Amino acid sequence: MSGLDGAWTRRWIEAVVAEIATRKSELTALDRAIGDGDHGENLDRGFQAVLGKLDALDDAPTPGAVLKLVATTLISTVGGAAGPLYGTAFLKAAMAAGDRPELDATGLVEVLTAARDGIVARGKAEPNDKTMVDAWSPAVEAAGAAGDDVRAVLEAAASAAAEGAIATEPLVAHKGRASYLGERAIGHRDPGAESTALILRVAADTR
Amino acid sequence: MTVGLVIVSHSARIAEGVVELAAQMAAAVEIVPAGGTDDGGIGTSFDKVQAALTAADSGDGVVVLCDLGSAVLTAETALDLADDPGRIRIADAPIVEGAVAAAVAAESGASLEQVLAAAQDQAPAPAQPATEHQHPADSARSAAVEIALANEHGLHARPAAELVRTASGFDAQVTVNGVDATSMLRVLALGLDRGTVARFEATGAQAAEAIAAIELLAAEGFGES
Repeated sequence: MSGLDGAWTRRWIEAVVAEIATRKSELTALDRAIGDGDHGENLDRGFQAVLGKLDALDDAPTPGAVLKLVATTLISTVGGAAGPLYGTAFLKAAMAAGDRPELDATGLVEVLTAARDGIVARGKAEPNDKTMVDAWSPAVEAAGAAGDDVRAVLEAAASAAAEGAIATEPLVAHKGRASYLGERAIGHRDPGAESTALILRVAADTR
Repeated sequence: MTVGLVIVSHSARIAEGVVELAAQMAAAVEIVPAGGTDDGGIGTSFDKVQAALTAADSGDGVVVLCDLGSAVLTAETALDLADDPGRIRIADAPIVEGAVAAAVAAESGASLEQVLAAAQDQAPAPAQPATEHQHPADSARSAAVEIALANEHGLHARPAAELVRTASGFDAQVTVNGVDATSMLRVLALGLDRGTVARFEATGAQAAEAIAAIELLAAEGFGES
């Protein structure tokens, strides 16, 4: 594969919808431990709504068009903090993708960086605050160092996000509902970091 | 027209309750709830917030009060995507107390920035703390009165709102027991019960007029008799 086109982007999102539907109970269980216990259900509702809208796209959409559809749908339908956060991430990603028909490795890193920056701007979280930023930031760094093959970039981002999610376990939360728990949050993985790792892992596995 | 308010809560009932409470003291202000998800669950709805922003804006702008985290994120996202974000302010304030203070300020005709300041418990822009910046000329124009409060529940929400409205109407810095009498939150925080003797002081060009108006207001039971 040379670059990532709109058809790939659509396959990726469809696979994300399926994976979240499969693992929503797991995400919600993580959230129940240190949050309000709705992360899996909220994301599932949002991505199911995305699935219903994908058919409204052109026959050959750009990656940016698919990302924008995901953004606007998640913002309107998720209902928890993940809605504005992922919605902003996909919106900034769509803006970075612009109307390019394909994303090469450089373009992909730009898109991932814009998504991460959008989440940081929206949530004002910093690394080690025990949020999805702890998965996004290492993912973007690894992606930027992975060379000029899109598959290598996706694999690097997915692996780093997974490690970043695991690394949230010993942290005390400084943002979100978990920040009310203080040291009781220690030992639990952040659900937003885990769903970020999920979304990027599915991207790396999408052909 | 007045500045409008939008109350964003995870719970539809909290949002509606805050609207009910704030509207009691500010009948002319457009206060719109945006609570819960689209299907009535706990959470926040971007679409509800967006619709509420439109409904609350009569042209003078909207101040948004939020409860927990995602309510703020949803409001900020709506602000980013608004046609005219310059007319929207998100208050960094407790949702109940901030809404009440903002509603009272909006009812008195305050500007967008003044309503925001009232919600955030800052002195409205033109006013200065009474203990500072007293020029000799202003000090010469000062007045004070002590009043035993006769209201059944003291200076609780509605009488306090009347006091704030009256105190805001003069070119003078007005205090009650040393706190800014134009700040709803500070007046309420005094917890002035029935029978308490409260000391009202004013300095500035219309100090005497302000104190006279407060005496009259007290004689009328702060709007309760």
